[in-house]
Amino acid sequence: MAAISREDVAHLAKLARIDMNEGELDHLVNELGAILGAVARVQEAAASDVPPTSHPFPVNNVFRADEVRPSLSNAQALSGAPAQAEERFKVPQILGEE
Amino acid sequence: MSDVTIHSTAAQMSEALIAGSTTSVALTNAHFAQIEAVEPAVHAFLHLDKDGALSQAAEVDAKRARGEKLAPLAGVPLALKDVLAQQGVPTTAGSKMLEGWRPPYDATVVKKLKDAGVVILGKTNMDEFAMGSSTENSAYGNTHNPWDLTRIPGGSGGGSAAALAAFQAPLAIGTDTGGSIRQPAAVTGTVGVKPTYGGVSRYGLIAFSSSLDQAGPCARTVLDTALLHEAIAGYDQMDSTSINAPVPQVVAAAKKLDIKGLKIGVVKELLGEGFQAGVRQRFEEALEELVKAGAQIVEVSCPNFDYGLAAYYLIAPSEASSNLARFDSMRYGIRIGDDGTRSAAEVMSLTRHEGFGAEVKRRIILGTYALSSGYYDAYYGSAQKVRTLVKRDFDAAFANVDVLVSPTCPTTAFKLGENTDDPLAMYLNDIATIPVNLAGIGGMSLPCGLAPEDGLPVGFQIMSPGMRDDLMYQVGGTLEAALVSKWGHTLLSQAPALAGN
Repeated sequence: MAAISREDVAHLAKLARIDMNEGELDHLVNELGAILGAVARVQEAAASDVPPTSHPFPVNNVFRADEVRPSLSNAQALSGAPAQAEERFKVPQILGEE
Repeated sequence: MSDVTIHSTAAQMSEALIAGSTTSVALTNAHFAQIEAVEPAVHAFLHLDKDGALSQAAEVDAKRARGEKLAPLAGVPLALKDVLAQQGVPTTAGSKMLEGWRPPYDATVVKKLKDAGVVILGKTNMDEFAMGSSTENSAYGNTHNPWDLTRIPGGSGGGSAAALAAFQAPLAIGTDTGGSIRQPAAVTGTVGVKPTYGGVSRYGLIAFSSSLDQAGPCARTVLDTALLHEAIAGYDQMDSTSINAPVPQVVAAAKKLDIKGLKIGVVKELLGEGFQAGVRQRFEEALEELVKAGAQIVEVSCPNFDYGLAAYYLIAPSEASSNLARFDSMRYGIRIGDDGTRSAAEVMSLTRHEGFGAEVKRRIILGTYALSSGYYDAYYGSAQKVRTLVKRDFDAAFANVDVLVSPTCPTTAFKLGENTDDPLAMYLNDIATIPVNLAGIGGMSLPCGLAPEDGLPVGFQIMSPGMRDDLMYQVGGTLEAALVSKWGHTLLSQAPALAGN
């Protein structure tokens, strides 16, 4: 498998919405290279006929009764918001100017 | 306060409260006095809620005075890991991202503690979002190991374990994704249990890796741990992975003190190279005590455990990269750079740059990579297959033995700063604890002595089949009694006195 490049890390950081400066990118390329080198050995053990496990105990379609129950008030739900207006979360612009 | 002190067990405190020889307010005040004395050296807590705790204690005392029926741990103080939401009390998960956040609701574990009358003293320090093995990834400074203040208290739940070892609280809550309850217990000479996955509700626990995360009890004795286990365990509609079955009878199991005829498997792969000589020595001496108590010891091979660490460091970061997407600066937490000109995406990126520490960023990027198209099968897919193989190893082993044992960690507590520049060396701490999380079974760490070469605590790990948590308590309770009787004292009584203690 090709080693992870600086461009790869910059792209991943963009996908993960984490702003990164040059120094951080340099540092991460080396660290991720070492970590990936160590964890890639899972491929040795994983034969094609082994089913994957996503969860320790399989549980499917867990539902509860569809009943109206007490829940957080608007004020409570908004209590941790960095900004709010008119009983809503206030967010920066979603679309650009153009 | 009469016969009980902060050095008593939670069970003794409970008895004294019931007998009326002390009050919860007196116990709570005594623990705050100890916290004030030793906290400058230990730094186990991120937040202390003295007013809240004392009013909770007074309420329990009033109920008792009125003759109301109370739960066994009513009035006993506890330290809560800062990853659990407590209504109105600052909750940060050790991250700058959540600085100042006060949850508008209680985690199910917290609700159960409050309903049981357990007094919550404050929130304990931890590695940011529970990612780490030394608590050095906290955004709010290091916690120091009470046995040696220059050493790590383990992680991610270093604050909870240190609070117990420094007698700041007799009970604590931890969470364990790859060993974050058991490894801190091992390096501080305390007891910690990761229950079977789904045995304790995850509702209100700030998620790191949802298929691995499990909250559990921490204390200084096996019985105290069992008492706390029964207080927090049980089915919860608010957690879709909660197990809808009766809670294993762990208190009765801890009191049994009989393991005659039990078959105990020593995992060959968790004892070899890389395990400190003194760790191996104390572990083997503990095995002799189990034999004397009538258990049969056999060697067991779990060949795929060798791949466990690699699988874990793909699965956990992958799930974390998804879980931590919620920290988007819109609904809670900090927001950076919102000057009216930047877009939501730009503000998000700036906030996540400022709000997350280096280890969290490393794992988010690693997880994003492992899940990305073109790499998914090779990394995340293969790791999930290893998970199946680890489960099969456990299933095969438990077909022949009742419980499995190993040292909890390869070494005793290392020095603060020793591994901070080497993520891979740090990850190796979890080599013996991770298989339990991958398979979702139960795991306990209890102290089995001090390593001769450095005088630091060694942890003994017991692993029990899913929903048979009682078995590890049965073995742990028996081993603890045998060791304390052999030593003539508890391990923690040998810890050096802290200034102001």
